[in-house]
Amino acid sequence: MSHTNMTIREAIASTIDAEMARDDSIIILGEDIVGGAGTAGGPEAIGGIWGTTGGLYGKYGAGRVLDTPISESAIVGAAAGAALAGKRPIAELMFADFIGVSLDQLWNQMAKFRYMFGGKTRCPAVVRMIYGAGMNAAAQHSQSAYAILTSMPGLKVVLPATPADAKGLLTEALRGDDPVMFFEHKALYGVKGDVPDGEYRLPFGQARQVRSGGDITIVTCGGMVRFCEKAADALAKDGIGVDLLDLRTTSPMDEEAILDSVESTGRLVVVDESPPRCSLAADISAIVAQKAFSSLKAPPLMVTPPHTPVPFARELERAWLPSHKDVEAAVRKTLAYNGSR
Amino acid sequence: MQLSRDEMLGAYRRMKTIRAFEERLHDEIMTGEIAGFTHLYAGQEAAAVGVCDHLTNEDFIVSTHRGHGHCIAKGCDVEAMMLEIYGRRDGLCKGRGGSMHIADLSVGMLGANGIVGAGAPQAVGAAISAKLDGKGRVAIAFSGDGACNQGTTFEAMNMAVVLKVPAIFVFENNHYSEHTGFDYAVGTSKDIASRAEAFGMKAWRANGSDFFDTHDTMRELLDYVRAGNGPAAIELDTERFYGHFEGDPQRYRGEGELDRIRETRDCLKAFRARVSEAGLLDPADLDAIDAEVLALIDKAVANARVAAPPDPASVADDVYASY
Ligand SMILES: Cc1ncc(C[n+]2csc(CCOP(=O)(O)OP(=O)(O)O)c2C)c(N)n1
Ligand SMILES: [Mg+2]
Repeated sequence: MSHTNMTIREAIASTIDAEMARDDSIIILGEDIVGGAGTAGGPEAIGGIWGTTGGLYGKYGAGRVLDTPISESAIVGAAAGAALAGKRPIAELMFADFIGVSLDQLWNQMAKFRYMFGGKTRCPAVVRMIYGAGMNAAAQHSQSAYAILTSMPGLKVVLPATPADAKGLLTEALRGDDPVMFFEHKALYGVKGDVPDGEYRLPFGQARQVRSGGDITIVTCGGMVRFCEKAADALAKDGIGVDLLDLRTTSPMDEEAILDSVESTGRLVVVDESPPRCSLAADISAIVAQKAFSSLKAPPLMVTPPHTPVPFARELERAWLPSHKDVEAAVRKTLAYNGSR
Repeated sequence: MQLSRDEMLGAYRRMKTIRAFEERLHDEIMTGEIAGFTHLYAGQEAAAVGVCDHLTNEDFIVSTHRGHGHCIAKGCDVEAMMLEIYGRRDGLCKGRGGSMHIADLSVGMLGANGIVGAGAPQAVGAAISAKLDGKGRVAIAFSGDGACNQGTTFEAMNMAVVLKVPAIFVFENNHYSEHTGFDYAVGTSKDIASRAEAFGMKAWRANGSDFFDTHDTMRELLDYVRAGNGPAAIELDTERFYGHFEGDPQRYRGEGELDRIRETRDCLKAFRARVSEAGLLDPADLDAIDAEVLALIDKAVANARVAAPPDPASVADDVYASY
């Protein structure tokens, strides 16, 4: 297969473009996704603040590329309605934190249509949202809202950590018939990698094996993957083999990959960018405790931020955000448990 | 009504402080020392000061992501604000909030806000509280032309009318929400004030780039609200002199637009012209204020640069009052 090297930003932009070219029913809506509407500079003066939607307006026109007022409830609600009415909307929330404004449309509407209506409807809406800490954007522009949405039956939740995954998962989202929450980490947009050319789909619910090793399993996703890679590489120098899994999707979640790995390593560290209570890390720890108890040589450890909002100051955010050092320390602690290794 | 000399000098000082604060931040952000997102208020000073000069510490305001001007106009400490924006331990919010989340309840400033449209309902709540206390206090929600499209803003206006509380919706129309034009995003040939009127409240319109027009109109509005007539709204036509955020290439602006608005719609220039032509104030007094303000900002920046950062161990403090 031929590949092209590109950033996650480019992978997302080119996938939206390719899918819109292929399928007329795809529409895209959000704030400033065109940028410049109603100004002297004219539409496309800016082309989306994240650089993922530039050029779409010129290609697909105002009927399919809808620049909206600041109205997240209406943006997500309109995506829900358009999906019921036969379109495939992509709604963009400029920051994932803004799910707060639109939560009813996600939680009580999109997520539940199919079930409430006895399986008679489909709601193929993709809600793209930009998430994550590390840029001093403070408490209302830095959150990792994926744990909240993962807890809601009816929503699929996707978090690519590489350009290839961004393409494969976004294509899959746009071909499926369920609402998909598509999380794009603001600190990962510039990450480069090889992306398969042509049609490329990645089924949901299949974790990516990032490193292989026999001593300990690390399960993570999204923005934390890069820190775990760094930790795994440092640990490898000390002869510690890490089995590193990037979940890619947290709903559905690849339980089998997690359990298989823990059964062979006997140890688990879960690394999650959302706060610890009722989190993905807590969820995975519970699953492993219930289903792989007899394989465990040490209690599962969670590496997460503290149970606080995201702070602004550099020193505070650095202390808040899990780092590769925190991951390394958790691994060493797990390995040292009861002299288990 | 003619303002006293002290009132005029005070208004000028506050407007100048906002301008100097923002211009200095614009330069300092270039150095990379200040983290995060910063939205500058320069250009809109007459709006914040024209409104807040009628208020006391007992009255409430809620602000927006573009909140520095509202904070200064309401009396927040300028040096503590600078420390906050630099993310320092002794900042107004201990470095936890930063530019978008400055608050100081001791002066009735209930908070800047990173969520567009979140403030208006909170002003209704503060107005409910003020009405109950019966001391004639009011609560003001500053909102932009973009925020007027949020459902929360609509709900707040309707509820304020239903509950007949002393909430005041101040819409600063600077013609842009991020990179999108007012003419596009507000789908009415009229204006924002007419939306407020549609909810059943009285609304005023004023030139938000002119201190005197804003201040006079607000006096009339406040007399009406403080008399117990329920909520009211005002739309202030104004301009922002910088980008939406620092780093915005502003390609949506027209040819020469920035030069033109800085030339024709600068509230500080207009204030100076008006008071000198009418012989109300001596320009030398204004020059003296300029010098004092610049010295204050210099001091605030010099201090903030070297101030202690927050202790990382304090990261989990202040989440709850008790836990
Ligand atoms: C709920 C929400 N949606 C979107 C944003 C992103 N955003 C921040 S400021 C802004 C534009 C606000 O425009 P306006 O209300 O006119 O205020 P101005 O920036 O002109 O002061 C947008 C879209 C946000 N912070 N919160
Ligand atoms: Mg505006």
